[in-house]
Amino acid sequence: MGPTRRDFLKMAGLSTLCLALPPRLAHGAAKVEPSAAAAPLPAAGPGAPGSLPGRRWAMVAEVGKCRADCRDCIDACHGAHNVPDFGNPKDDVHWIGQAPMTQVFPAGAHPRLPENLRNLPLPVLCNHCENPPCVRVCPTKATFRRADGIVAMDYHRCIGCRFCMAACPYGARSMNWRDPRPFIARLDPAFPTRTQGVVEKCNFCEERLAKGVLPACVTACKEKALTFGDLVEPRSAVRELLGKHFSLRRRPELGTEPQVYYIL
Amino acid sequence: MLEKALRGNGGYGIWVAFLLALVAAGFVAYLYQLEVGLGVTGMGRDVSWGLYIAQFTFLVGVAASAVMLVMPYYLHDHKAFGKITVLGEFLAVAAVIMCITFIFVDLGRPDRVMNVLLHPSPSSILFWDMVVLNGYLLINLVTGWTVLESDRKGVPPPAWVKPLITLSIPWAISIHTVTAFIYAGLPGRDFWLTAIMAPRFLASAFASGPALLILICLILRRFGGFDAGTRAIQTLAKIVAYALATSVFFVLVEIFTGFYSQIPGHMHPLTYLFVGLEGQTLVARSMTLAAVLALVSLVLLIVPRARQSEPLLALACAGTFVALWIEKGLGLVVTGFVPTPLERVPVYVPTAPEIAITVGVWALGLLLITGLYKIFVAVRQEG
Amino acid sequence: MKLYNRGIILAGIALFLIVLTFPFWYGRGKAVPPPDLKLDTAAIAALNEKLCVAPAAFMRTDHMHLLTEWRDGVVREGRRTYSAADGRVFEISLTGTCLKCHDNKEQFCDRCHDYTGAKPNCWSCHIIPKEVR
Repeated sequence: MGPTRRDFLKMAGLSTLCLALPPRLAHGAAKVEPSAAAAPLPAAGPGAPGSLPGRRWAMVAEVGKCRADCRDCIDACHGAHNVPDFGNPKDDVHWIGQAPMTQVFPAGAHPRLPENLRNLPLPVLCNHCENPPCVRVCPTKATFRRADGIVAMDYHRCIGCRFCMAACPYGARSMNWRDPRPFIARLDPAFPTRTQGVVEKCNFCEERLAKGVLPACVTACKEKALTFGDLVEPRSAVRELLGKHFSLRRRPELGTEPQVYYIL
Repeated sequence: MLEKALRGNGGYGIWVAFLLALVAAGFVAYLYQLEVGLGVTGMGRDVSWGLYIAQFTFLVGVAASAVMLVMPYYLHDHKAFGKITVLGEFLAVAAVIMCITFIFVDLGRPDRVMNVLLHPSPSSILFWDMVVLNGYLLINLVTGWTVLESDRKGVPPPAWVKPLITLSIPWAISIHTVTAFIYAGLPGRDFWLTAIMAPRFLASAFASGPALLILICLILRRFGGFDAGTRAIQTLAKIVAYALATSVFFVLVEIFTGFYSQIPGHMHPLTYLFVGLEGQTLVARSMTLAAVLALVSLVLLIVPRARQSEPLLALACAGTFVALWIEKGLGLVVTGFVPTPLERVPVYVPTAPEIAITVGVWALGLLLITGLYKIFVAVRQEG
Repeated sequence: MKLYNRGIILAGIALFLIVLTFPFWYGRGKAVPPPDLKLDTAAIAALNEKLCVAPAAFMRTDHMHLLTEWRDGVVREGRRTYSAADGRVFEISLTGTCLKCHDNKEQFCDRCHDYTGAKPNCWSCHIIPKEVR
């Protein structure tokens, strides 16, 4: 008696699997070899010549200087990074936003605070935490923390699961619920856009830092309310400010170690 | 044995055709969602998880409930369950497939789903969820099929089935614990940041899953020509009663902690959940319905005369299932986002495409349950 | 193993083989001209040495691998410069470097991609300079 129908099917399946295997293995072994120098330049990467040196980037916001109707930092950031404007709060994407003090520091805002302080508009953005919950929960490492402290996004890898959005205690992240291209008023060719289906957020302008330029929001602020610098460097502008004034961070009790400091 | 699912009477054919139509409609809606983006759903920047993740969360519990049939029989020799452990395992298979499908339709970039395997991230609970869900699917598929097939051939199951089934018991606990950990480890969401999340998940799992099983057994007895036995159904009903009572108790202790401590971060989500905040009452109204259903069902399950009456038992099980579906679904997921990190009360209303896709995936699961149970019943009727 | 329904099965196999080999016998004798890549952009004309970041032969076979390495290098490691074998240094940027010379995407990149049926999805994010002007 020859093989049963079941045995025949099992053999056929196994053979098909084996046929598919060798090309996969060969492809994995292939390496890019454009003769010699595929190795990075000695000073490439964060700290490369021309970039701003920094080992622990941070931002200080002196919010007393903010004007209520000012959107300079927001417009500069969103313009430089092709952030779309979907025109409705549900689909809203923003890297830097604005909220009144009572909403940004609900624990500290008591009813007897002066009116102008309660309504003080504060810029809110990704805090680039030292202990970021968003990085912990990402199932693909699409969001990761760089050595210089910036919490970065790899838009090529993100699967749009939005676990990071649930994990972020600050609401700093936005999902592209639709294709963003039609909703970008003016495309800036110096920076890519993102696609439908991925999560995006402030990147501390790492592409500008690499060219030795400060973040867009910082340079756009006419009141000089935003200061950016290296916390490790004792004489940096941020260290100076933090050493002289009382500063607050959002929800410090959560242990995220945010690196955006507010001086009220 | 697969061919047994393809043969049935007129009623069976109509039911399958109906489910297929719902699956097709859901599929078309999904193609629309793929094209335009997840913006076609009610989810937004503030409520970034909605109906899909809610279904996944609830169904993990239903899947875990197979352990409530397996454990009494294999560990404690409760003979009444002997005939129906396969039913529990098949329900687990269908439920896990629904879970995986709901996660898939919720992804913004499903074409990149392999990145979870290509770039493993053990610090991410979602990674472990993928591991335990797929493992559980494999275990139940293999054990359920093998036990049924051995039964059909009239031989005892092979020796390796027993350790695998024993493994499925802690594994069932793990799938639900891991899913609870998705929520319970997030520092920014006060409503979810509670150690009782995993116990709550387990309690509602062991109420909702067996409740569904009882309903299916009653249907099979009436229309399918298979009788699971009164003893088995009554034991299951008592399990549902205890688990439902525990679930209700767990919700009550959460309410105590929130309101006795008077901490706003704990109170506000609970207020939103049961009463509503800033005019948003959809979730609260659903939860009121869930509370009423749960309490009525609990009474019906506890009072022996009600429990032993088939129509009342069916009512109680349906009530339990719906109540926990509301509580573990929309109640749990949406409330976690309320209030937002900026202290606002967001709006979430599921849209038509979202509902169509959800119904489509449920129909897919019901189709799987129908097919697998048809095979089961056909094998029983043979032997 | 007895072959039941032999007629239908053999007919089915024959039909399957005909459909499977369709591309081969349908196009026999006809030749599609190879893609005509245009390198006559103003930026390339202004170059003294008409050299890409790597030899043309390598780019033809491996530009996609190079781009993948570039992508991971920039995004995940912050490596923004590439030094070619002959010592020239380039800024790693699809829009800024590659498309600076090859700014005729439709007469260059798309020609081969259409011919081979490759659909790179880089352009859903990376801006094609001509789009903006």
